[in-house]
Amino acid sequence: MQKKTLFDKIWDAHVVTRVKNGPDVLYIDRHLIHEVTSPQAFSGLERRGIPVFRPEKTVATADHNVPTVNQHLPIREEMSRLQVNKLTENCLHHGITLYGLNHPSQGIVHVIGPELGITQPGMTIVCGDSHTSTHGAFGTVAFGIGTSEVEMVLATQCVMQPKPKKMRISVEGSLREGVTAKDIILYIITGISASGGTGYFIEYAGSAIEELSMEGRMTLCNMSIEMGARGGLIAPDDTTFDYIKGREFAPKEADFEKAVDRWRQLKTDPGAVFDEELVVKAEDIEPMLTYGTNPGMGIPVNGTIPDDPSAGFRKSLDYMGFQPGEKLEGKPVDYVFLGSCTNGRIEDLRAFSAMVKGKKKAGNITAWIVPGSKQVEKQAIEEGLDKILEESGFELRQPGCSACLAMNEDKIPAGKYSISTSNRNFEGRQGPGARTLLASPLTAAAAAITGKISDPRKLLKN
Amino acid sequence: MPKEKITVLRSRYIPLPVENVDTDQIIPARFLKATTREGFGDNLFRDWRYDARGKPIPGFILNQDRYEGKILAAGKNFGSGSSREHAAWALYDFGFRVVISSFFADIFKNNALNNGLLPVQVSDGFLALLFKRAEENPEILLEVNLPEQSVSILPDGPEESFGINSYKKECLIKGYDDIDYLLNLKDQIEAFEEQHKG
Repeated sequence: MQKKTLFDKIWDAHVVTRVKNGPDVLYIDRHLIHEVTSPQAFSGLERRGIPVFRPEKTVATADHNVPTVNQHLPIREEMSRLQVNKLTENCLHHGITLYGLNHPSQGIVHVIGPELGITQPGMTIVCGDSHTSTHGAFGTVAFGIGTSEVEMVLATQCVMQPKPKKMRISVEGSLREGVTAKDIILYIITGISASGGTGYFIEYAGSAIEELSMEGRMTLCNMSIEMGARGGLIAPDDTTFDYIKGREFAPKEADFEKAVDRWRQLKTDPGAVFDEELVVKAEDIEPMLTYGTNPGMGIPVNGTIPDDPSAGFRKSLDYMGFQPGEKLEGKPVDYVFLGSCTNGRIEDLRAFSAMVKGKKKAGNITAWIVPGSKQVEKQAIEEGLDKILEESGFELRQPGCSACLAMNEDKIPAGKYSISTSNRNFEGRQGPGARTLLASPLTAAAAAITGKISDPRKLLKN
Repeated sequence: MPKEKITVLRSRYIPLPVENVDTDQIIPARFLKATTREGFGDNLFRDWRYDARGKPIPGFILNQDRYEGKILAAGKNFGSGSSREHAAWALYDFGFRVVISSFFADIFKNNALNNGLLPVQVSDGFLALLFKRAEENPEILLEVNLPEQSVSILPDGPEESFGINSYKKECLIKGYDDIDYLLNLKDQIEAFEEQHKG
C-alpha cells in the first residue's frame, strides 16, 4: 500500500470529486465564521435565493471588531455595531449557532473552536480568516478562505482547492529555558522567509513538538500562514486527547474511547515522502523578536539587525526607525500587547503573570492584556491571575482580536513601538504608523516590567 | 457575483516595484467594516496613498497622473497575510482586472480568481523589465491574452506565457463561478456525506 502523510490521509478522505485539470472538491466538516468576512457571503446566498446547506456544521462568533472594554454596552462605533448586528441577524435567519458578545463562550474564533471541543482530529476546518491554521494543532486540515469560499461552504459544505504540496519541519531535541512555541515559529519563519512555505501544507514533528502543550502547538500552527503556507498540522497524541476530553462538543464516554482509537491512526506512515523536509535543532532556538515589517524579519532578542542592501529591506527599517547592525536589547518601547489567536490562551496569561508577579509595570508602558475568550477570562480570574496582574499595575481586558489588527479602538499610535504577542508586524497592522515587534508572552512580560526590550531569560534568573 | 469576463486585455499598466505587498497594505483592517462588496477601491493602498489627514501623497504611484491602466504590476510575493477578500474587491473596484507579479500568496490568488481579477505570474526577469519599461515610458501598452495564456509588451515584445489551471481559465472566460459548479454537484455531495460521518 502507498505510504501516506498525515495531511494526505485527511485531505484524501474529504475529496468529493477531482476536477480534471482543476482543483479538488473538498468536503468541510466544520466551518467557523465571524462578523468581518461573512456578511457578503450571506448576501450572496440571498441573491442566488439559496439556503445554508448544513447550518449545524457552521459556528459563529463576534471577535474581530468588538471592543475589549464595556462589552455590556452597545458598540460605540456605528459601522462596527452594524457589522456585529448583521452577523446576529444572519445567524438567526439561517439557524446557525452564534457565540455573540456577552455569551459565556464568546471569543476569538480560533480560541473557542478548540476550547469548546468543536475542533477534533481528522477534520477539515475552514474559516474566513488566515489563522484558521491554528486548528491544525489537533491533527486537522484547517485553512483560511476568502468570502466567496465562505459562501461556497454555506451553500454546499465544500470548497474547491488545488491540493497543496507537503513539507515536514522536524524540531528535534528540547527547548532551552525561556524559549517558547512562539520562538520556535518565529525562528522557523526567519529561516525560510515570509514566503518560503507558499504552496505547502506543513507537518510539524519531532521531540520538541511532542513536548509542547496544546496551547503551544496552537501557537505554532497558527503562524504557518506567516511563511505563506496554507496550514500546518501536528499528529494527535495523548496530549491532544487529554485536552479534548470532557469539552462541550467532544464525544462522550464510550464514543470518546472509540474516537480516540480512530484518532490514533492519524499519523504519517513511516517512509511517506514529503516534497520538502526541514530539520531544526531545538537547542539552537533563542527567544526571538522581529525588527521589520514581515514576520520573516526576526533575530534573537539579544541579537543585532542584519544588513541587506535591497530597497524593500531599507524601506522596512525606515518604517521601524531602525538601522542595520543595531542591537535592540535595551531600547525603550511604548506598548505591550498580550493576546490574539496566537498567544491569547490561558497558558500565555499564566506565563505573563508569572513573570510580572511581585514586580511593577514600567511607567512608560501602556499594556493591553486581552484574553482570547470568555472562558480564558473566567479561568484567569478563577486562578487569581487578574489579581496578580492588578497588583503589578496591569488590567485584564475583555476578549476579542483587539490590537492584533486594530479594527476596534485598540490602536497603537503612529510612531510608537509595540511588543506584541500577535502574529503580524506589517506596516500599520496595529494602527496607522504603528511599529510592531513580534515576540513571545515572556519577552512581552519582560518588556512590560523593564520598559524596554529585554531578554526574558535574565528575568527568569532573578 | 457576476464579473466582467476576461479574454484579451490591452491596457497601460501601473508599476508598483515593492515586494511582499501584504493585504493589510492593499486594504487596512479599519476599512473592512462594510457589509457589501462595493466601494473598497476608495481605500485601496490607503496608507500609502493618503496621509493621516486624508491628503494624497504625491510620491505614490496611484497618485501620479502619468500612470493609469487596468493592470497592476507589483513586486514578488503579492497579497501575503490576511485572507481578506476585500483586497481583491478593492483592486477590482479601483478598476484593475489583471495583477502581474513574480509570485503570489495562495489565498490572495484564489480570492482574485474568484472575483474576475486575473493573477498573472511571470518570471523575475520579465517583471523587472516591466518596471524598467514603465519608467522609461509610462504610456507603454501590455496585452494579456487569457485564452493563449500569454502576456506581451506591445508592439514587439517580449512575450511570456503564464500558467493557470484549465478549470479556472474557463470560469474566467465564461464568467462562471465555483458556486455554480458546486451547486450542480449537490447529489454527489450528499452521496459523499452518506459514507463520511464527520
